[in-house]
Amino acid sequence: MTAAQRRWLFLAGAAGFAAFYLWGLTGLPGFGNYPGPYGDIINRIAVAQTNATGVVSAVNFEYRGFDTVGEEYILFIAVIGVSTVLRQLRGEREREARDEAVGRRVPPTSDAVRLLSLVLIGPTLVMGWFLASHAQTSPSGGFQGGVVLATSFILLYLAGEFLLFERVSPIDITDAVEAVGAGGFAAIGITAVGLGLAYLTNFLPLGSTPGAVSSSGTIALISFFVGLEVGAAFVLIVSELLEQTLLLRHRS
Amino acid sequence: MQVFPFIVVAWVLAVGLYGIVTSRHLIHQIVCLIVVQSSTYVLLLGIGYRRGAVAPYFSDIPVHTPAVDPVVQALALTDVVVEAAVTALLLSFAIQAHKRFGTLDPHELVQLKG
Amino acid sequence: MDQLLPLATVVPLLVAAGISALNRFLRPRRRILDAIGIATAVAVTVMLIVIMTRAAHGDSVYWFAGFRPSHGIAIGIDFAAGPLSAGLACLAAVLVSAAMIFSWRYFEQVATYYHALMLTFLAGMVGYCLTGDIFDLFVWFELMGVSAYALTAYRPEERGPLQGALNFAITNSVGAYFMLSGIALMYGRTGALNMAQIGRYIARHGPDRLVLVAFVLIISGLLIKGAIVPFHFWLADAHAVAPTPVCVLFSGVMVELGLYGIARVYWSVFGYGLGHRQTVTSAFLALGMLTAIVGALFCFRERHLKRLLAFSTISHAGMFLTGIAVLTPLGLAGAAVYVAGHALLKAALFLGTGIVLHRLGSVNETWLHGRGRQLRVTGAIFTLAALGLADLPPFATYLGKGWIESAAATRGFPWVTAVFIISSVLVGAAVLRVAGGVFYGLGDPPSESPQLAAESSEETSETEAAKQRTPLSMIVPAAVLVVAGIVIALLPDLGPVLQASAVRFQDQAAYNATVLSGAHISHPGAPFPPENTGVKAADLASGFGSAAGALLLAFLALYWQRLPVLRRGFEPGTGLVQPIRRFQSGIVNDYVAWIVFGLACVGGALAFAIR
Repeated sequence: MTAAQRRWLFLAGAAGFAAFYLWGLTGLPGFGNYPGPYGDIINRIAVAQTNATGVVSAVNFEYRGFDTVGEEYILFIAVIGVSTVLRQLRGEREREARDEAVGRRVPPTSDAVRLLSLVLIGPTLVMGWFLASHAQTSPSGGFQGGVVLATSFILLYLAGEFLLFERVSPIDITDAVEAVGAGGFAAIGITAVGLGLAYLTNFLPLGSTPGAVSSSGTIALISFFVGLEVGAAFVLIVSELLEQTLLLRHRS
Repeated sequence: MQVFPFIVVAWVLAVGLYGIVTSRHLIHQIVCLIVVQSSTYVLLLGIGYRRGAVAPYFSDIPVHTPAVDPVVQALALTDVVVEAAVTALLLSFAIQAHKRFGTLDPHELVQLKG
Repeated sequence: MDQLLPLATVVPLLVAAGISALNRFLRPRRRILDAIGIATAVAVTVMLIVIMTRAAHGDSVYWFAGFRPSHGIAIGIDFAAGPLSAGLACLAAVLVSAAMIFSWRYFEQVATYYHALMLTFLAGMVGYCLTGDIFDLFVWFELMGVSAYALTAYRPEERGPLQGALNFAITNSVGAYFMLSGIALMYGRTGALNMAQIGRYIARHGPDRLVLVAFVLIISGLLIKGAIVPFHFWLADAHAVAPTPVCVLFSGVMVELGLYGIARVYWSVFGYGLGHRQTVTSAFLALGMLTAIVGALFCFRERHLKRLLAFSTISHAGMFLTGIAVLTPLGLAGAAVYVAGHALLKAALFLGTGIVLHRLGSVNETWLHGRGRQLRVTGAIFTLAALGLADLPPFATYLGKGWIESAAATRGFPWVTAVFIISSVLVGAAVLRVAGGVFYGLGDPPSESPQLAAESSEETSETEAAKQRTPLSMIVPAAVLVVAGIVIALLPDLGPVLQASAVRFQDQAAYNATVLSGAHISHPGAPFPPENTGVKAADLASGFGSAAGALLLAFLALYWQRLPVLRRGFEPGTGLVQPIRRFQSGIVNDYVAWIVFGLACVGGALAFAIR
């Protein structure tokens, strides 16, 4: 098909599809009129049932925890896919991660970027940790915290210290941490099965104060593992991309 | 106003698909795929919204305050993070495709056809 | 509650995470890694056999995290496994076991990634079959998809796998987003994500435009996965380049899962509320028949072994959709047994192709002509499986075809038999032509164009060393699968048992009661009555007829240059197929344009009929 034919085919289809989709969308209760009942029921009972005041995290890690296991494994397998596809192939060699031209002056990274990145590493790390461990209290959780944790590692690279970034996050260890995070979540569910309960039942003590850091049983623990996994996953993605770009060369 | 966000959903979906169909650059095509998925986020979050309600976090407000739907927020949250990783997978395909084919034009990335 | 249900999904996930965590330790110890993989797949198979037998008298329902429904409202996620669902998951596990055994020792290994990917793929397939929650269905659909994309691009040093993986990923992701949009729309109306709960709501309130649009969106995602025309273009690209054990899974089970999803979503959620059964049957029957013919024509013209088998999968997918489309228990039972038989035989064919690739280093039919003579056992397996694909009795495929044809005739579509025979003849002839030419050196090598030579010569070997004898780990699974394809058809009471399972699958009221109230329904009733499943003369005639036709056409294809009647200087059928080959352009932009166009057509047709 030529590009013009394709465009006409698509526009014909899209016109019909858009009309069809809009026709259906107008059948929804209007924007702002959520009818329930799923969300309303959960809002009413979540705090009492799980001692978590962050209801979204309660939904993610308790009521619909099994979905989250699946989603987490999608992340896990996507990163394994990245590692598989960006691996060193026959016919390529990996350069050593060392300074190739010691005598030559490196074009300097902007001082502002360097300073800001280095200064932000600490606070970002703490922020990520805070987010991952407060799933049950505030708008935070393993997914958000993990991404921020990964950012703190990537700031190292941004500050111009690629070699340090490589040394701090070696691919083997990051891989293992990610696997522990993914497996840990699934294993918490299995522990419930081992105790004779349904998979992923909240079997840890719920604590006394709703929303305290040590409350909500398995929700906090699961959030920790998810934070580990997501953080390791994104560090691994960036490591692989950087290795592919900077280190792998065609065998000449 | 009642239906406007859903018109946006249909528009974003259509624009993303148009981008994929007329694209001449693989990275652009993959980003258009992200745009298509964004329409589903707007749809999910738009469905769960309730006028005059607060966010479903009850650490400083009484439990029976009307709040928006937490379920769609949870679904959208995990979807966003997972999509980033799947996009990384597609981009890694693009990197290797560039090395093998020498180009990122979808019209040239053809080894098998017919 | 049966604790085996979550274990069947979670055990492979845990093992996949475990072997990734122990990456450094396991990487040099190939045999331990292979053994772990095979053991996990076999364990899951056994678990699913137990689940299947336990579900025979009523769906097994499992509520996660202990949240049971109250007053007909579900707040947790459930697994609801009937015998058909568990059976399909079991088939997936059997094929994964066979694939893992096939890749013992010789398959090119990349750290622990291959095993982790395969086990996660298995977990996704099992979860998808067993779940009773529509968003959970989407999650496992995505997990299956992402593992499949990564497995397709397993050998990024070649160009084909990258094209295949990209086309696969972009088209199936678009499908997944359509499906998510449909799920969101249903959630917006009903405020529920549980299939039984949504189904009950729709049955009570009847169809309206929102329900119809949601249905079409969800179905289109599944049609893309199920490779139905015009959503099918990605399959040939992906199958031709994926590693052999992965192709086994793609053709044997992954495509069929898309079609299972259509049946599940229709019968557990939309069927009763949507009504207009004649319209629904006509629409999906049309799609199925079109797919069967188009797939068969492309299959016959192909010279690349894996791509040939991929097109035959497309053709069979059309036939399975027909079985589902007639909406009777006999049709569904026919589709089920046809899926099982096809999976086993197609897997054997792909394993045979893998052996050819291992020993001879090529999948180009023209180049391979006569070179497979020393692969005698493989040749026998390949020929038997080819005959099975042409629906020769007593293979399970003949049973499935016969039942679907009877069901279609009862519903008023007797010409379905003719279309099935034509498709089976074309597909069977193509595979028999390969068997006869490659393994027995019969006739002349088929013609070849330069482009085909370039594309199939690029497929280099995916295994290492040891090419003097075919290893037992490769031959035994292939042989066992072919034999299983016959044994299944000979199981006693197969017909009545399968049809009873189909009736249970189609009784939405019983499903709702079992899931939401824990009721035990001993006599489910489907909207259409069950029919006779005994061996009929018409079925036997159809089966022998298509096998004979396939043999004749294969003979013609191999010897046409020597027969005075046909020797006119060009291969028969060229003019027929040439114009449609241009559609399979290999460019993903085209594929997505067709998807949108197809979706508009299906949606528009249903919207006019069901207002």
